[in-house]
Amino acid sequence: MSDMSRFIARHVRDLPKSGIREFFSIVEKNPNAISLGVGEPDFVTPWAFREAAIFALERGKTSYTNNLGLIHLRKAISKYLEKNFSLSYNPENEMLVTVGVSEALDIAIRATLNPGEKLLYHEPCFVSYNPSAKLAHAEAVPVPTSSQDEFALNPDALAAAWTPECKALLLSFPTNPTGGVVNREKLERIAKFAIEKDLIVYSDEIYAELTYEGNHVSLASIPGMKERTIFLHGVSKAFAMTGFRLGYACGPKELIDAMLKVHQYAMMCAPILSQEAAIEAFLHGEGEVKRMRDAYRRRRDYIVRRFNEIGLPCHLPKATFYAFPCIQQTGLDSHEFALKLLQQQQVAMVPGTAFGASGAGFIRASFSTSYERIVEACSRIERFVGSL
Amino acid sequence: MSRVLELLLEGQALDSAQMAEILGMNVSEVEAELETLKQENIFLGWRPVLQPNASGDNQVRALIEVKITPEREGGFDRIAERIAKFSEVETCYLMSGAYDLLLVVRGDNLQSVARFVSVRLASINGVLSTATHFMLCAYKEQGFLFERDQRDPDKPSVSP
Repeated sequence: MSDMSRFIARHVRDLPKSGIREFFSIVEKNPNAISLGVGEPDFVTPWAFREAAIFALERGKTSYTNNLGLIHLRKAISKYLEKNFSLSYNPENEMLVTVGVSEALDIAIRATLNPGEKLLYHEPCFVSYNPSAKLAHAEAVPVPTSSQDEFALNPDALAAAWTPECKALLLSFPTNPTGGVVNREKLERIAKFAIEKDLIVYSDEIYAELTYEGNHVSLASIPGMKERTIFLHGVSKAFAMTGFRLGYACGPKELIDAMLKVHQYAMMCAPILSQEAAIEAFLHGEGEVKRMRDAYRRRRDYIVRRFNEIGLPCHLPKATFYAFPCIQQTGLDSHEFALKLLQQQQVAMVPGTAFGASGAGFIRASFSTSYERIVEACSRIERFVGSL
Repeated sequence: MSRVLELLLEGQALDSAQMAEILGMNVSEVEAELETLKQENIFLGWRPVLQPNASGDNQVRALIEVKITPEREGGFDRIAERIAKFSEVETCYLMSGAYDLLLVVRGDNLQSVARFVSVRLASINGVLSTATHFMLCAYKEQGFLFERDQRDPDKPSVSP
């Protein structure tokens, strides 16, 4: 009998499998289930962006690109950030195009954290944050957020979690899975804390364009933050381009240089066809983003109202395409609720605990699906809750 | 824009009850808003969008360019409105450029469209000339593609 585990690195072997992965396996056995578990847009990538990739292919654009990414793309990103985020980055040396935001975050952590150093992050959050730190032999320190704050990071909770070993802070507002956002006043307090404690900040703002109320404020735009922030973004959510795997990082030249070292050895460059499609998206995609955002907003208004009617209290997420209702009063835990709902009414949602311990008592419902499905799913959830 | 109108423009087949459910309104409120939109001549009516190549009725459609003489009072309006009233005319626009009116005309066959043009249209006082273009094949109809993007069977039903 072979024991392959002896070949697996300890820090990988000890890494738990994603809770989403586990739930996905269960859902796959229920092919007729209505899924509110999808973490990506239901819209197909707008044709103009796809067509740009096809055109590039027809012209024989099949090579590697500059490690930093195509300069035309970086210039387009620079212009886009200036206009939409009030951020100014030099496309020559303060910007790096990556394979999705996941790669950008991974290399940001690997380029800046030494083994054993600590990274503060808020939970519930996207599933990769904690493992990314561990894979870099760093330690991730969760700061819980709560429904009382509509899952915004409370600066006092951040201060309480801080220890002198903390070197970095990872923020992701708007947040998957909670739809939480941070207003300017709180963001300024967080920024002040980061400056006081000399933290480097990774700010994953992938859902920024899907903000329905108020304007998104980028952390890097707060005075004193640009010089200590690695701004992370990509085309997946706003432009419905998840499969293109195209992200980017912006930050101080020295930090981008350090990330480039990891990127050039590990990845070389992002796929050229995705880069070409992204140029079209950044330069001419505004109308498509608005069309999709308006559709998400209408679905959000419906699903959140229905959750509250059904008796699953749910705050109105100001951004993202996720609602995060509380299921505590049903007497079930998140996992039981999701599992029984799937078994009894064939509706798939992801248990809040898949996004960290502080997601306990909640469940993530993605409204990135058609009205008909959302309406039917809500009727089924209502029947399920009524039967408990 | 009216919320009901926004929902209608998304192009989903929803009845008043479904719209009311989604918008959190009473059915009577939705119907009242639809009625107002009709009264204000904004929302003109319902019609299914069919695939012209496959609707099975073998009807023909033609685009007709029409040059007309503007009148001292009313410009193009009187003649345009008169032409638009024919049931064969689905659409009638006043255009800039080389001709004045563009019509979309539907008929049971080529002869019936030809008859409409020669007998009814060309004989109207003020119509100077017509140019008829028969539609051969459609590739997109009122925003609908005929080969829709398929849901990718490999797209995971649950993802982070």
